[in-house]
Amino acid sequence: MKKLVQKLGLGEYLLVVLFGLALLAARFTGWSFGLGAGKNFWAFFSEMITFLPLMFILIGLIDVWTPKEKIEKHIGPGSGFKGTVWIILLAMLQAGPLYGAFPVAYLLWKKGCSIKNIFIYLGAFSTLKIPMLTFEIGFLGLKFSLLRSLLTLPVFIGIGYLMESYLRGRNFKIINPGDSDHAQGA
Amino acid sequence: MLILIITTAVALLASSLADRRKTLEGLKKSYKMFLGILPMLLNVLILVSIALYLVPKETLAKWLGANSGPAGYAIAAVIGSIALIPGFVAFPLAAMLLKSGVGYAVAAVFITTLMMVGILTLPLEIKFFGRKAALMRNGLSLAGALLIGLLMRVFM
Repeated sequence: MKKLVQKLGLGEYLLVVLFGLALLAARFTGWSFGLGAGKNFWAFFSEMITFLPLMFILIGLIDVWTPKEKIEKHIGPGSGFKGTVWIILLAMLQAGPLYGAFPVAYLLWKKGCSIKNIFIYLGAFSTLKIPMLTFEIGFLGLKFSLLRSLLTLPVFIGIGYLMESYLRGRNFKIINPGDSDHAQGA
Repeated sequence: MLILIITTAVALLASSLADRRKTLEGLKKSYKMFLGILPMLLNVLILVSIALYLVPKETLAKWLGANSGPAGYAIAAVIGSIALIPGFVAFPLAAMLLKSGVGYAVAAVFITTLMMVGILTLPLEIKFFGRKAALMRNGLSLAGALLIGLLMRVFM
């Protein structure tokens, strides 16, 4: 079976093909499972497909235009407290789901960002994005949102320090799944 | 979203005016990276869509609201860690929970794990960061979220 799948060139797209067929079948038979899951899928998919290509274009452009030394100076190892403030501000200005932050983390790492600041970036991205905060304030109130943000800040900074102290010197690297075949099926 | 579209368009225009070859090189990188994560991302989205269909929002609210003690805390952490709910669903859901009498601690744990811990996106995260770092980040974030919940209870 596995061989057949590989022969047909489906590989990692097997589930996608099966799901597509199920959606198609649901359309004709009115199968409620297929219709319901399909509706959810389109909601997620439309978010991803409008947002991710744009973000990748920006990442690609930033990659070719920004000199590593400059970035490294500001947010690399030895950039200190100021570097951490920069990286948090950068993360807060962004939008989108967490999986969108992974490619940015790869870019940051490639440009010499310190391990600590990479994980602080992920923390700030997931919890302090301004577009998301405005939403949170609207639904849960200013006091709740502000307090949650203030409590989260030291937590993810602490996580950044812990990650760095553990991963430094342990051959840590961030892989770009796009240019590596060895990451397949990992 | 509009800001992202404008920023990308302006950056693309400026870049291609400045150096066409370099721009193409950048776009090639973008394209390869996108293709690299696309299959796994689609798989994650499919699984989430199916899970969200099997366990709708109302059922989630019922589970979360059933218990406000330590058990409610644990349920919130588990659901928040696994679920991949976009903010525009998560915040109204949390507001609904608060209104129905669930404590601030439970709501905060739910929201924070939702934001910081991603079990469904773990395969994707491992692809970028490696198994060890990905597991460690999620584990520490889960512990952190529980701590934040406790502190919210103290301060709210």
